[in-house]
Amino acid sequence: MNIIVCVKRVPDVAEAELEVDETQKDIKKEGLAFDINEWDNYAVEEALLIKENYGGTVTVITVGPESSNEVLRKCLAKGADNAIRIDDGGLKGYDSYVVAKILYSVIKEMDYDLILTGAMSGDLAYSVTGPVLAQMLGIPYATLVKKVEVQNGKLTVNREVEGGVEEVLELELPALLTIQTGINEPRYVSIMGIRRAAKKQIMVKTLQDIGLNEKKALEKSWVRIERMYIPVIKAETEFISGSPEDVASKLVGILRERGLI
Amino acid sequence: MTRILVLAEHRMGELRDVSFELIGFARQIEGLENPEVSCLILGSDVKDYAKKLAEYADKVITVQNERLEGFNSEYYVKALRQIMEREKPFLTLIGHTAVGMELAPWIASSLGVPLATDCIDVKLEHGKLKVTRQIYSGKINMEATLKEAESYILTIRPGTFPAEEVEPVTGAVEEFKVELGEPKGKKFLKYVEPPKGEVDIEKAEVIIAIGRPVREPEQLAIFEELANALGGVLACSRPVADKGLLPKDRQVGSSGKTVKPKLYIAMGISGAFQHILGMKNAKLIIAVNKDPKAPIFNVAHYGIVQDMYKIAPVLKEEIQKLKQQA
Repeated sequence: MNIIVCVKRVPDVAEAELEVDETQKDIKKEGLAFDINEWDNYAVEEALLIKENYGGTVTVITVGPESSNEVLRKCLAKGADNAIRIDDGGLKGYDSYVVAKILYSVIKEMDYDLILTGAMSGDLAYSVTGPVLAQMLGIPYATLVKKVEVQNGKLTVNREVEGGVEEVLELELPALLTIQTGINEPRYVSIMGIRRAAKKQIMVKTLQDIGLNEKKALEKSWVRIERMYIPVIKAETEFISGSPEDVASKLVGILRERGLI
Repeated sequence: MTRILVLAEHRMGELRDVSFELIGFARQIEGLENPEVSCLILGSDVKDYAKKLAEYADKVITVQNERLEGFNSEYYVKALRQIMEREKPFLTLIGHTAVGMELAPWIASSLGVPLATDCIDVKLEHGKLKVTRQIYSGKINMEATLKEAESYILTIRPGTFPAEEVEPVTGAVEEFKVELGEPKGKKFLKYVEPPKGEVDIEKAEVIIAIGRPVREPEQLAIFEELANALGGVLACSRPVADKGLLPKDRQVGSSGKTVKPKLYIAMGISGAFQHILGMKNAKLIIAVNKDPKAPIFNVAHYGIVQDMYKIAPVLKEEIQKLKQQA
């Protein structure tokens, strides 16, 4: 089974305090650690597991500037066979619809049985790339996938919906799945893997190669960012400060007053 | 008159709240002249749902077809597309839910209609459609303009407009037939309900919920002890369940459990909207987080900007001391 995984390099903001930069259209990136988008990391792992069980190849693909190579290198080190980067020339402000369009122009020429993407990204969180890519390619798809089984050239997948319920679906190949976190346990990169990856080439294409340019990429975007800002925390929230001991004794007071202790 | 089409949702015999939220949301969008809200409901038998929706929407459109039993998006996109082509709504609103995330991008791409997902605010200003979205796990708000078009699709974050505040009207119900054709590459097999765990956090009166900073099994103990001291149970946000540190039935949020305890202490949970949806109705919410701007503080009654690992042990001790005195 030949699998393509679409990945993205994003800043890790889970425990960071963010600030908006002077353009007001982006966040300040200095001091933030970058890594593969969390959902994509699970998608890469799922692709590697399928390859290990059924054979085939795993190709990782990204749209981004040169700095995105580090994410591709990481995937190669984990066991991906090929990596492609479509260079966006550092362009900012294009949306996931355009990302899907760019991926489509490259992937339509490729040989694949399965395409995996993350169910969303931890930065702009559109959740658009996967289903749009499936629409353009005209292949069956399922989003928010929490389990994949391959049987007789078909897939049985579980989609995670609200309240812990799962939908079980059967898909014919080729198909596209968007992967939800928690589907597997992503592996770590080994030293051996890093050495192996160092010898592999990353194929680089440009927007011009696929008949797009920066102007078109911006014009075709569905969503144009006007401004970013930090939402204000509502004033009613009472903040308790002091040493951990002070805080604990204040909290105990509050809980006692309310009959919770 | 501005035509708005909203997509109602149901699953396993239940009409979902997001259907009413979308109707309410549609009516309060700033800058729309005279909104007329049509509500579309798709399924194998949706008559009862249609009646309920008609108490709030100006018009309910039903599409009934046995192929719409279960959620096979292949049929749902076909039906929704045909209704959109016929109704020509200026806005189509869909929940940013498991249904919306599956349908909206595909339809938008196939019809060439601009889409913005996960919106929390929408307005029409000088002919331009403007939306507010939350990004970076709710830590940043983004204001954006959609590419100019005759029609737009938006997915709206669940819980943005309270379902119980929708004004009643009397709407008509119209049935439409659509052509769904043969299945192409996808079959709906069944729904699987989550297995019942040993602890039912939905019944707990006190919940200590832990988030992403818990990375190793050894780190659970102190929070388990704190929960015990308070006579409560331990629950978690998504990253903890994803790592298998706590079972999935301890996960609070839209894809996990919805809880309403007397006390909810969130430790190291930043407050992505999926989590907030599962706990915002707790009577007393205390949040501990290092980031003073973490969105969890928006629903918290008390906020503590500190390291959860420093607070948990001293809090446990204080509670135990008090109990010994009593």
